[in-house]
Amino acid sequence: MSDHVPLTTDRPGQVASAAPPAPGRSRRLGDRGLAVAFISPALLLLLAMSVFPLLWALYLSFTDYSATRGGPANFVGFGNYTAILTSAQVHTRALTTLIYVVGAVGLQTVLGFGIAYLISRRTHGRGVLTTLFLVPMMLSPVVVGLFWRFMLDAQFGVVNSMLGSVGLGQVEWLTRQRTALLSLVVVDTWQWTPFIMLIALAGLTAVPKYLYEAASIDRASEWFRFRTITLPLVWPLLLIAVMFRAIEAFRLFDLVYILTNGGPGVSTETLSFHIYKVAFLGFNTGTASAYGILMVLVVIVLTQFYLRYLNKLKEG
Amino acid sequence: MAVSVDEAVATGPARDHTPPARRRGGRGRSVLEVALLTLLAVVMLFPVLWMIETSIKENRDVYAIPAKFFDFTITLDHYRDVFVDPDGGRSALSVSFLNSVVVAGASTVLATVLGVPAAWAYSRFAVKAKKDQLFFILSTRFMPPVVVVIPIFLMYRQVGLIDNKLGLILIYSAFNVPFTIWMMKGFVDEVPAEYEDAAMLDGYTRLQAFRRFTLPLLVPGIAATAVFALIFSWNEFVFATFLTSSDDVRTAPPAIAGLIGGTTTDWGLVAAASVVFALPVLVFAYLVRKHLIAGVTLGAVRR
Repeated sequence: MSDHVPLTTDRPGQVASAAPPAPGRSRRLGDRGLAVAFISPALLLLLAMSVFPLLWALYLSFTDYSATRGGPANFVGFGNYTAILTSAQVHTRALTTLIYVVGAVGLQTVLGFGIAYLISRRTHGRGVLTTLFLVPMMLSPVVVGLFWRFMLDAQFGVVNSMLGSVGLGQVEWLTRQRTALLSLVVVDTWQWTPFIMLIALAGLTAVPKYLYEAASIDRASEWFRFRTITLPLVWPLLLIAVMFRAIEAFRLFDLVYILTNGGPGVSTETLSFHIYKVAFLGFNTGTASAYGILMVLVVIVLTQFYLRYLNKLKEG
Repeated sequence: MAVSVDEAVATGPARDHTPPARRRGGRGRSVLEVALLTLLAVVMLFPVLWMIETSIKENRDVYAIPAKFFDFTITLDHYRDVFVDPDGGRSALSVSFLNSVVVAGASTVLATVLGVPAAWAYSRFAVKAKKDQLFFILSTRFMPPVVVVIPIFLMYRQVGLIDNKLGLILIYSAFNVPFTIWMMKGFVDEVPAEYEDAAMLDGYTRLQAFRRFTLPLLVPGIAATAVFALIFSWNEFVFATFLTSSDDVRTAPPAIAGLIGGTTTDWGLVAAASVVFALPVLVFAYLVRKHLIAGVTLGAVRR
């Protein structure tokens, strides 16, 4: 391609306006060629680092390959898939993941929207408030997980210390089955409520003021205005945020790994965490691959919903 | 950008009361709302403040029961321990911070170099099945890391990229390219294509028009996008923990997580390391606050 570039226009900058290079030939550089040249490197990286690994995982999922045992991989057909889909262990993890996703995303949505609504009603200090609320979201899951682990410690954790000072009993947050999952939901909510808040706030501030003015002329009640003006206008954007969070929550791994390590027992093992155990502690690479592929299928379906909706919203 | 716009949606409640009563009711409610907001802000910020407090406490105050909120002895020992080894010399943690800088920096540069031209091409040219391509690109970003890491691990074992910074740089770039393309496409869309058309009428090639006229206008967008890519790579944990093991290669997130492995945990050190680790992220996030919505939704939502 480069041989099409006229030699005289190597550095057109200095003389650009005074003496532009001769028009004509240069256009034939070819938009098509340029597009291919610009897009393909990025696509190649994605193919090598995302698509190829997934195809490999797909192949492994039909074998009994083990990463440590080595040796040849024997073809086992759909054996891994039936084993996973009928496994009671997997069903337990699916339920845990579902409870976690619904609980965490639900709480985040309610709280995030609530905070956004309160902030949007303030005239002053919105910028500062928003910035402060956004801090948890920017932290690494490692920092968040470790720090909450410290704060929720049964002996010297500050949460129990505060509970004690108001006369409430001590709670073994991370070492009891029920409270461990609850802790996970709480920590995730703490970190990601700002995400929903940020997007809800964008929706809320975009609602045209005249709609409210018209409504107050009509003496519409506060609740009526909220239900008929605010909510319908913010809802599409809020749904985008909720779907985004749901996909992310479904894949959750790092917070579990750091906060509870799946325990006590298996009470906080999500699907991602279970895959990690099957692959890296059980060394059943074939089974783990099938497990992973099934998870990817779910993610693809969720992502399709998300992208379709996003597309509709952009065009609408 | 909606968030920083200082223009109220609805200033105060407008009820069907008589004016004085309405004002008093409005004020009462306003006070209640401010109180609620303050309470929520305190709850949200408390863990961060507690982390900072723990990082400057003496060890016996860190483990005090009940917890000490105000009267504790201030020390910077934990911060010294983050950087300096007890036996002198550099600590393993400080090496991991350096590794993080290298890995996050290099992967951001690579993702930017690959992503920006692609974004421009997607914005300007009629590419076949453009929408499908773009959606495919974004959906690779949603793959569960734990699933991807299994074949990547096997792949890297074959080519000797396990426990190698280059391996991390490549996988982080692959995760940042979709984001860069989506984010940058938005910025390119905002620059009128007519600028390039005009330049081409003057005889520039398409490539020259891009380089000389569009690219300079994209610099702020590129900077913002790069900052987000930097933050993603900096914070990433799953790939870092499974693909690296030695102290010379390990990045900061697994190194900090490794502090809690033993029987006793030096929480003061964990807190100090976390503060040092999180501070640059917060500074950078503040710099790009105008683009935060696009940034955290991977460029999908723009305002």
